[in-house]
Amino acid sequence: MSTVFLYALVGVGLFILGLYALIVYTHLLRKILAINVMGSGVFLILVALAGRTPGESPDPVPHAMVITGIVVAISATALALALMLRVQAETGRAELPEDPLE
Amino acid sequence: MIRGVDKQTPFRWLLMVFLSFLTVGLGYAVLSLPAQTPGLSDYVAENIENSGVSNPVTAVLLNFRGYDTLLEIGVLLLALLGVWSLGGITKQRESSPGPVLDMLSRMLVPLLILVAGYLLWIGAHAPGGAFQAGAVLGAAGVLLLLAGWRPGARFSGLPLRITLVTGLGMFVAVGIVLILVGRRLLEYLPPFAGALILLIEAAATLSIGITLAALFLGGRPEVGPRR
Repeated sequence: MSTVFLYALVGVGLFILGLYALIVYTHLLRKILAINVMGSGVFLILVALAGRTPGESPDPVPHAMVITGIVVAISATALALALMLRVQAETGRAELPEDPLE
Repeated sequence: MIRGVDKQTPFRWLLMVFLSFLTVGLGYAVLSLPAQTPGLSDYVAENIENSGVSNPVTAVLLNFRGYDTLLEIGVLLLALLGVWSLGGITKQRESSPGPVLDMLSRMLVPLLILVAGYLLWIGAHAPGGAFQAGAVLGAAGVLLLLAGWRPGARFSGLPLRITLVTGLGMFVAVGIVLILVGRRLLEYLPPFAGALILLIEAAATLSIGITLAALFLGGRPEVGPRR
C-alpha cells in the first residue's frame, strides 16, 4: 500500500474520530473541536489523493480546494465559538438544552 | 436531536456499529480509487502559461477557479458579520502581558508583516499566496491582541470596515471591469493576468489578515469618538 493511501486512510480515521466525539459529547467546545478534527480528516484525504499523479508535482486543484476549505473552516469555527460564548452567557452552560421545549 | 449525556448514552453500541460500518465503507471507497490518475493536473499544466502565474495552486485559486475564491472571501466576511451581530466585545479580565510577551510582540509583528509581504509576492511562482500571507498577518494581529493592544476607537469605525471589505471589493471590481471590457467575470486578459492577480491578492491579504484578527477579538469593537 502506497503512502498516498496510508495518509488517506488516516484522514478517514480522523473523520470518524471527530464524528464520534461530535455525537457523544455535549459540551459545545468539544463539538466545535470535533467538527474541526473531521474537517482536518477531509483535508488530509484530499491532499493525499492529490498525490496520485504520474509526474512529480501533485494535482493542484485539490490543494486549492483545501486552502478554500481551511478558510471556510476557520470562519465557521470563529462564528461557532462566538455563538457558544453567547449560549454560555445566556444560560450559564456551554451546552444545548436536552429538552428544546423547556 | 442532541442525545448523549456523557456517560449514560443507552445506544452507544448502536453508534459503534454505525461508525464501524462507516469506517469500512469510507476506507473501501478510498482504496477502490485508482492508484494513479492525472486528475485535473494536465488541464492546469496546459493552460498555466496564460494564467499569469507559474505556481499551479495560485493559478487554480485566482484564475481558473477565481469564482470560488471570490465567494470564499465573502464567506470570511459573512462569518465576521455573524460574530459582530452577536454583540460587542465581551468584558474580559484585563491582565498586563508581562515583559516577555510585550517585547516579543513588538519585535515579531514587524517581522510577521515582512513575512506576509514575502509570501504574497512569492505566491506567483512558489507555495505562498494571499491566504498564507493573510494568515501570517492575522497571527500578527492576534499576537498584538494577546499582548493587550486594542484598536483605537478612531480606527475601529469606517477605516476598519473599509479595510475589511477591500479584498472582496477589489475582487468584484476587477470582475466587473473585465465584464465591461467584454470578457466574462474574472476572465483575465493574459498579458495583464499576473498584475491583476497580484492586485487582488494584495487587497485580499490585507482583508483576510484584518478579518482573522477581528474574528479573534470576538465582537464588534467600540465605534465613535468616545474615549
